[in-house]
Amino acid sequence: MSETAIEFNHVQKIYYLYTSIGFKELLLHPIKYRREKRKRALIAINDITFSVKKGEAFGLTGPNGSGKSTILGLIAGVLKPDRGTIKTNGRIAPLLELGAGFHPELTGRENIVLNSIILGMTKKEVEKKMDEIIEFSELGDFVDQPIRTYSSGMLARLGFSVAVHIDPEILLVDEILAVGDENFQKKCIDKMMSFKKNGVTIVFVSHSTDQVHKICDRVARLEKGKLLSIENA
Amino acid sequence: MDRKTLIYYFDLITVLTKKEIKVRYKNSALGYVWSIANPLMYAIIFYFVFKIVMKFNIKEYSLFLISGLFPWQWISNSITGGANSFIGNASLIKKVIFPRFFLPLAQVLNDAFHFIVSIPVIMVFLLFYHRVPSLNWFIYLPLMLIPTFLIAYGFSLLVASMNIFFRDFQYIIGLIMTLLFYLTPVFYDMSFVPKKYKNLVLINPFTPLITNWRELFMHNNLNFTNYALSILYSIIVLVIGFAVYKKLQVRFAEVI
Ligand SMILES: Nc1ncnc2c1ncn2[C@@H]1O[C@H](COP(=O)(O)OP(=O)(O)OP(=O)(O)O)[C@@H](O)[C@H]1O
Ligand SMILES: [Mg+2]
Repeated sequence: MSETAIEFNHVQKIYYLYTSIGFKELLLHPIKYRREKRKRALIAINDITFSVKKGEAFGLTGPNGSGKSTILGLIAGVLKPDRGTIKTNGRIAPLLELGAGFHPELTGRENIVLNSIILGMTKKEVEKKMDEIIEFSELGDFVDQPIRTYSSGMLARLGFSVAVHIDPEILLVDEILAVGDENFQKKCIDKMMSFKKNGVTIVFVSHSTDQVHKICDRVARLEKGKLLSIENA
Repeated sequence: MDRKTLIYYFDLITVLTKKEIKVRYKNSALGYVWSIANPLMYAIIFYFVFKIVMKFNIKEYSLFLISGLFPWQWISNSITGGANSFIGNASLIKKVIFPRFFLPLAQVLNDAFHFIVSIPVIMVFLLFYHRVPSLNWFIYLPLMLIPTFLIAYGFSLLVASMNIFFRDFQYIIGLIMTLLFYLTPVFYDMSFVPKKYKNLVLINPFTPLITNWRELFMHNNLNFTNYALSILYSIIVLVIGFAVYKKLQVRFAEVI
């Protein structure tokens, strides 16, 4: 029963601020380019080790810029660590974050198809689940509008609905509840609770201490890329 | 690769290509019109400038132009459009993990599709000049699609990856493609090029390709030296494209 879902082993993540140095520099001053690149490095995650058990809800808290979203990106696999190793076990839902996910020009429905297929569903499976996803999102007729016309709450609804309907084994939630209305927040929390019962692993980032304690089994506290503590909630 | 992965890749490619068509042209019918109007427009311009004003001596010049411009358009669109195939999908790259090399692939397939459906237009021109496509086409056309596709994909992988790290790269690509266009015998013939400059045109990876497309459309034939060369070039480009992609893709999500 105590299978590990996520394991971080002395993980370090460094960001380089590339965009400030252009292609010209790379071609004309390759040595200066390398030096500049190193100078503008930022250690976002420093030597972090922890593991999350299957079916556990793990909370991440800490001030802005402490590295919470970076950890989620690393778990999702979209970011790669510079040092250390990360092991995950199970199908991971798309990172649920604020702001525009998906493709802005496509409609909600088209985005549902695109995302579900990228995540490994077949066309048939998507069609079967489409109504359920739309219903859960409560977007109604808006589902056929391009998502650039959505409000942030509506985007969060769409994102959450897709993520929970692809039968994830690991769900990563980054502050998206904050923009949902009360009704939707409650719905999401209920869904997460039922996921937990069914053995889905959840990593939950929120600035709301209430929510974190309500959902999570353990809570990690981060500061400036370092893990300060892990406590039982 | 097992069956399930294959189905996944197939579904992924279809859904991404469809998205590409939708996003780029809003609907595919207009996309078709554009993919034909653009090379035709260039054909008219070059015809006017070089045949009427400069009095170039090339037989069946309009056919000559068209048979080079259509394949060029495919390549050129794939590369300039491909440059944005990662940046334009930033939200996907940041949030979901999947093989990202499918994004420029969808772009190139989409352009390939537009090229293929514009072949009937070329045929109409052929008929107009009392030429009839021969049965050779059934073999030669697919044969030509392979290196053209590979080289377009290789280049678009390369530029799409670089474009994430150096945003000014996009402008450089436009410049390079213009340069390459004039260094490729699209509106002139290789025989016009002075000996001194021949090598410059010949090391251009697009030269054997375009020359052969024209050979196929106008003479129902292929030049096998050129074919071998274009296969060689396309493989080199693809290998470089993939190597650069592999090296850079690790940091895509954080830079984009
Ligand atoms: N793509 C990026 N490129 C460069 N630096 C980045 C990038 N993303 C994050 N950072 C830096 O890494 C550090 C950690 O950022 P992260 O987004 O993980 O913080 P966070 O804990 O999620 O903060 P918040 O509570 O504001 O969401 C910050 O200092 C931030 O500036
Ligand atoms: Mg964050």
